[in-house]
Amino acid sequence: MFEIFGIPSQALFGQLLIGLINGSFYALLSLGLAVIFGMLNIINFAHGAQYMMGAFAAYLLLQYLGLNYWVALIIVPVLIGATGIVVERLFLQYVRKLDHVYGLILTFGLALMIEGFFRNYFGSSGEPYQVPNLLLGGQNLGFMYLPTYRAWVIVFSAIVCFATWFAIERTRLGSYLRAATENPALVRAFGINVPRMVMLTYGFGVALAALAGVMAAPIYNVSPQMGSDIIIVVFAVVVIGGMGSILGAILTGFALGIIEGLTKVFFPEASNTVIFVIMAIVLLVRPAGLFGRTA
Amino acid sequence: MASLADPAILSTRGDGTRSLSVAFAAMVAFFAVAPFFLYPIFLMQALCFALFACAFNLLTGYVGLLSFGHALFFGWASYLCAHAAKSWGFPPEAAILFGTFSAAVLGLVAGFLAIRRHGIYFAMITLALAQMMYFVAVRAPFTGGEDGIQDVPRGRLFGLFDLSHEMTMYVFVLVTVLAGFLLIYRIINSPFGEVLKAIRENEPRAISLGYKTERYKLLAFVLSATVAGLAGALKALVFQLASLTDVYWTMSGEVVLMALVGGLGTVFGPVVGAFLIVAMETYLAQIGQWVLVIQGAIFVFCVLAFRRGIVGELAAFLRVKL
Repeated sequence: MFEIFGIPSQALFGQLLIGLINGSFYALLSLGLAVIFGMLNIINFAHGAQYMMGAFAAYLLLQYLGLNYWVALIIVPVLIGATGIVVERLFLQYVRKLDHVYGLILTFGLALMIEGFFRNYFGSSGEPYQVPNLLLGGQNLGFMYLPTYRAWVIVFSAIVCFATWFAIERTRLGSYLRAATENPALVRAFGINVPRMVMLTYGFGVALAALAGVMAAPIYNVSPQMGSDIIIVVFAVVVIGGMGSILGAILTGFALGIIEGLTKVFFPEASNTVIFVIMAIVLLVRPAGLFGRTA
Repeated sequence: MASLADPAILSTRGDGTRSLSVAFAAMVAFFAVAPFFLYPIFLMQALCFALFACAFNLLTGYVGLLSFGHALFFGWASYLCAHAAKSWGFPPEAAILFGTFSAAVLGLVAGFLAIRRHGIYFAMITLALAQMMYFVAVRAPFTGGEDGIQDVPRGRLFGLFDLSHEMTMYVFVLVTVLAGFLLIYRIINSPFGEVLKAIRENEPRAISLGYKTERYKLLAFVLSATVAGLAGALKALVFQLASLTDVYWTMSGEVVLMALVGGLGTVFGPVVGAFLIVAMETYLAQIGQWVLVIQGAIFVFCVLAFRRGIVGELAAFLRVKL
């Protein structure tokens, strides 16, 4: 034990760790939002609700089918991603030609429906979800105690973020995607099925949110409002980072998580508001966002 | 690309002011008779929300800027009015003015930040700023946290009228809301309002014509926030309560729903929408969380198939302005 700026190292690094965890979720969620926005020109307000659905799906699979965390980590994104594809076919494909805000309003409506539905069946108190056996316990690093599960979340979400970045920026499929973002009509003329690509992109974005939900389940309580709590912060993250860049979304997510964690140590009263304050400052100094092109 | 709040009417009969006068007379007549059939407290709630939705419509329907954070002005004006009336002993008219003025100041700050971005970013910024001020309201000592500010005294208006009497309060709310409604009507039909509509239809063109659109947007934002604040301050006196519900994001969503259902960019749409949504919430209160599901479903339905809203469709059908 030692002290930094009069703060015990345990507290400082502990909050830093929580910040990194939150940052992992901000990064995963804002990454999903950026991917969806790039392709569909829709801000997916239901993203938080889909993250919550991911957590609930993991909880229900364990509770009723006895399927553990690791199975959930694979099945849940596929399942919830599939519901995303249904949503895209049923609703979103019809609003893409309208003003962008209609997509926002529509997905806001979806988020309300999903949250209301889960509140109705599960109340608003929340359910606990056990950390998987393999990841129980932790390491004492001397200056702090590091629970294994939390280390896993940080490492795994960093891997997922990197893989997504790689798939979009460095593969052939990703190049189609980026081309279709720039000019869908032309890409279609080359014989690529753009509507299907749009549908799958939305499904993928939703799957990312669900994956984040599964990872969040053992850390936060699984509760119907967990999605709306986080999505507004993620919006602020997206405004700060700008949605033009995948890497920008990831970096901004992690960085803001850490800043939020540090604020908890040095100025706890402001920990809920610090990200919004940073958003306001960024708007004053760099209105387009840190990595953004002007929208 | 279809812009937000497409003008519903392409051709109207006459100059369109007659239909507006008829509709306004019908609305006043309805609210004059209504307290004999419906609970005054329900009507006052509907009136406050109608004014709130009209204020929101001024910004979203006529300038095309979707604010997802109007609860910020509604809720904070409600808190500050309640605090002024209860802790500082302000008479009702002064408490309401104080709440409304505070909303104007908040609107100036929030608007200054939000108009720096367009479209969906604007919506996200307003939502985020409102959420920030929600957390401030949770923390601030005077707001009373989860309990809110309770037992706010209604007081005597100008020292003459005792507002604790239900019908006196109703008349006061009705007159104030109608004044706010006419103010907004005056704004959207002024030369200033025409510029706002030009910005909604094509901002680059408005800029090329020499309009400093940023200033117009900021002033529209402040006006909208101010009237929303007036509605919130009134509501604090009606219910004698200011609570976290009114600053939460769900409230911002509700006002979007009201304006959307009634008809964005129509004069009477927000009033109709507010009335319907408040009625729905009042009568469906016993089915609990399903209200959220129904609200969500209405959003989805309106966006997919009913973008003009009730009044917008009616106006298009009758080919008149409403």
